[in-house]
Amino acid sequence: MPRDPIGLALSTMTRLAASPWLDRLGVRTPVEKAAYQGTKAGFRTLSLAAREVSRVSGWMPRKQLPARSSQDLFDLSLDDDQKLIVETLSRLAMDTLRPAAAEADEACAMPAEVYEAATELGLTLYAVPEAFGGIAESQSPVTSVLIAEQLARGDMGMALGLLAPFGVAQAISQWGTGAQQSSYLPLFCDGDAPVATIAVDEPSPLFDPMQLQTRARRTGSGFELSGTKSAVVLGEVSDLILVAAVLEGTPRLFLVPGNSDGLQRSADLGMGLRAAQLTRLELNKVTVPNDALLGDDSFDYPGFLDRASLMRCGLAIGTAQAVLDYVIPYCNERTAFGEPISHRQSVAFMISNMAIETDSMRMLTWRAASRAETGQSWHREASLARLLCNEKAMETGTNGVQLLGGHGFVKEHPVERWYRDLRSVAVHFGGAHA
Amino acid sequence: MYLDIPRKFGPIIHQAQQTAKEVFRPISRKYDRAEHSYPKELDMFATIMDGMNDGSLNGGAGAGKLARSGNGSGEGNRNGTNMNTVLGLTEVCWGDVGLALSIPRQGLGNSAIAAVANEEQLKRFGKTWAAMAITEPGAGSDSAAIRTTATEDGDHYLINGEKIFVTAGERADAVVVWASLDRSLGRAAIKSFVVEKGTPGMTVERLEKKLGIRASDTATIRFENCRVPRENLLGDPEISVDKGFAGAMQTFDNTRPVVAAMAIGVARAALEKTRDLLDSAGLDLDYRLQGWNQPAAVRELHLLEAELEAARLLTLRAAWMADNGQPNSKEASMAKAKAGRVGNAITLRCVELSSSIGFAETELLEKWSRDSKILDIFEGTQQIQLLIIARRLLGKSSAELK
Repeated sequence: MPRDPIGLALSTMTRLAASPWLDRLGVRTPVEKAAYQGTKAGFRTLSLAAREVSRVSGWMPRKQLPARSSQDLFDLSLDDDQKLIVETLSRLAMDTLRPAAAEADEACAMPAEVYEAATELGLTLYAVPEAFGGIAESQSPVTSVLIAEQLARGDMGMALGLLAPFGVAQAISQWGTGAQQSSYLPLFCDGDAPVATIAVDEPSPLFDPMQLQTRARRTGSGFELSGTKSAVVLGEVSDLILVAAVLEGTPRLFLVPGNSDGLQRSADLGMGLRAAQLTRLELNKVTVPNDALLGDDSFDYPGFLDRASLMRCGLAIGTAQAVLDYVIPYCNERTAFGEPISHRQSVAFMISNMAIETDSMRMLTWRAASRAETGQSWHREASLARLLCNEKAMETGTNGVQLLGGHGFVKEHPVERWYRDLRSVAVHFGGAHA
Repeated sequence: MYLDIPRKFGPIIHQAQQTAKEVFRPISRKYDRAEHSYPKELDMFATIMDGMNDGSLNGGAGAGKLARSGNGSGEGNRNGTNMNTVLGLTEVCWGDVGLALSIPRQGLGNSAIAAVANEEQLKRFGKTWAAMAITEPGAGSDSAAIRTTATEDGDHYLINGEKIFVTAGERADAVVVWASLDRSLGRAAIKSFVVEKGTPGMTVERLEKKLGIRASDTATIRFENCRVPRENLLGDPEISVDKGFAGAMQTFDNTRPVVAAMAIGVARAALEKTRDLLDSAGLDLDYRLQGWNQPAAVRELHLLEAELEAARLLTLRAAWMADNGQPNSKEASMAKAKAGRVGNAITLRCVELSSSIGFAETELLEKWSRDSKILDIFEGTQQIQLLIIARRLLGKSSAELK
């Protein structure tokens, strides 16, 4: 008798629980918390999946959010909704994420209270159209970018953890078929939304998301997926993974349950983003049904990547802003040679440049997002924004450590963590989606 | 939030583009070679520009219109004169920066008049082409250290001193001169005076030979007991320790985005030309997310483009803030610092990417790389901008962060 999903979840749990590195790294408690969250969501998905059968006949027609109408004046101000979202998430970031960041980094896990706080705010609801239980009225890449920016001011790793399910919901809202939208989107609007994530990256040098090695092959009843995915946010605890794979020469996304046969998951910890529980996935002839293929022929993989890029830019801006906000009081308070070090041009000018480049990243990213939002071409703008963020985010990170000198190198201050996290900006393509 | 150029600016941008293409580009090399000869082709253009300004619904554009637009009047979002000027000038400087600086009645002195003149003075000098004379042999960025004096003498002031690097100093109808009423009172005593061309005691000593912007003349002017009517002192004659100098410096908040716009124009010219050259050499210039798999020249081209876009958007931000009456001193300096340095870096790299084509006088690439250097220097050097930004960010006075 094949193991059912709950059995597999439990079996995975048992194997995880037996793993000696948990004790070696001293991280058992937080991982258990995260795993608890994962299972809880898993059970929830299942109970809802059971109801899907009856629902399929009555699924709603495909519903894509409209683009906003184009404005006719240059305007850098946020609308009232955006202001509210920024304020709320800024509070979440500074009151909940930032204080938990050092411990989550050590523990390599998302703290349960962060999940709870984000669930309370209904973050994912912003990704889901009203018809499926969410609150989104129109596509808003700008709002998504603002969300990423604010969360990353708190902590980039946890921001990714919170944004992974958000990104999956966004992708389904945007490209899913009517059946997929009806099946999955309501789940994301529940108190116990599934843990979901996006797997794009693969372990190869000069990795190009347009040249995937992971393959999908059509079988009689669906598809068979094989390949390796790396740096998958929350990959180990996700109930649902949106896997990028090449189908008949074209990159597509597949909805793959986290407990699929042939899917092996192992930790893929990196120098930073440790709270995001990066995971390696080995897909060995993983079979999924026909309706696992996200969307139809109108699916736009380059557009999907551009939207992921925008989110990465938003994260970069938020963390760069955190660095800037940290070094200003530090350099004003730290004295050397009888006066604050900020009285020296060599120090002050570094700070000026960090501000200039952070705002540069922000302007380019906002512009790309606002073009996407108003239905204009935006691939060029997104590419340029990403390129600039790839360069300037790390520069800001390394200068942040430099300004604190030896104190920047030790864990007493967060700048070393931001340095590690910011290295990821130019590296990863998956995980989040606007 | 919307960060693209509104449609209403289409006509002015188009007009400026046409000027750049049909008026400036054809004579660009001619006046680079014929340094110090007056580009008479500009006279007719200036007249057209005056007409455009007087008839404009958007409050006009240009040096003499800055600063008086925004000031928070009315409700809602505004895109006005500052944005108009920045957009227009970017296009014109795509044509030629030196020629743009030589457009009659668009001098920096006009911006100063616009910023600090009273109503009577505005009426009197509004149509005057005014150059700006601040720098002295012993005082550049440190404009508070100027030694030129203005001494009261009945209904007049007597101006004495030497000014250098006066853009359009020989061609302009008047020069706005910064001078001290009382050197013992420091920066608060520094005032600006309109000295009209032909005033006895004012002599243009010489014109500089320069690295770039050769179409624009750069004069050294000597003042010897130069008699100027009292009413030519711009703004308030009282020496107020609180705001005297700050008032004069405010001119720069408005002109810095303008200089940033110039850098953006010339850099875009270089980048477009280089892109065409690389394209015709058969390179695939597509925008990719993984740029490391593209040729180094393509990745570099895209990075330059990103830097240029950053400078452009920071400049639009500063102009937008000015149009909406928001204090923008920090943002104006950020725009100037970013545009000045990337403008220079872009034009220099474009010469390199274009090889000997870039270096040769057969194209304008080498000229643009010479012209762009001044834009990271005048209206406050890169270093002065970083100082202004740092003082704002760190909450430091000029005595603390020197």
